[in-house]
Amino acid sequence: MDILYFAWVRERIGLPREALHTEAATVADLVAELRAREARYDMAFSDLAALRVAVDQELADWDTPLAGVREVAFFPPMTGG
Amino acid sequence: MDACVDIRVQEASFDFGAEAGAFAARQAGMGAVVTFTGIVRDLDGSLDHMQIEHYPGMTQKALEGIARDAHARWDLGGSLIIHRYGALAPDEMIMMVATSARHRKDAFEAAMFLMDYLKSRAPFWKKEATREGSAWVAARDEDEDALATWDARDA
Repeated sequence: MDILYFAWVRERIGLPREALHTEAATVADLVAELRAREARYDMAFSDLAALRVAVDQELADWDTPLAGVREVAFFPPMTGG
Repeated sequence: MDACVDIRVQEASFDFGAEAGAFAARQAGMGAVVTFTGIVRDLDGSLDHMQIEHYPGMTQKALEGIARDAHARWDLGGSLIIHRYGALAPDEMIMMVATSARHRKDAFEAAMFLMDYLKSRAPFWKKEATREGSAWVAARDEDEDALATWDARDA
């Protein structure tokens, strides 16, 4: 699975994307797995209310299942326009 | 995506007058064209540039989805969204939308809808670089409130 990070999430974690083998069943499980890895992940995901997630390039929720998913992206609320 | 929806995500600048004119010229039988243009603002004279990041795989699809929703809600002839990314200097144009309809109310409302949704639902992030340093622009609660207002309204 490819994990992508944008804006300050990318800056805090220190990379734009990474490939990950995971058994996580949902986005929330994946977040827990990432937070357990290193302090920079733990910090980046410390306030989920300040984060959004897209699953296979569609906006999703923390309880979205990950079965068959190829790409998960984490980012702050969007500021287009 | 049907031919009457034109979505462009690009680093290059665009010619607002030429785009607005070409869009209007394509709208056969439409009595109203509305355009909106977003410009990099420098409120206190300290802005060096605005850096706009986006999610290449998702941006085009997200904008097409928003445009499709607008066409489903209003009787539109066509719609155009151009949105830039990369480094933009103060007073440069960031983006534009255009809508056409038989009647002005549909064109105005659809343009507002496109702006409200692409502000909070299209994967762009703005970072302001000033003399003092750089900072990500925070999303505003009012922007989410605007979407809730559209959600509550009948199409």
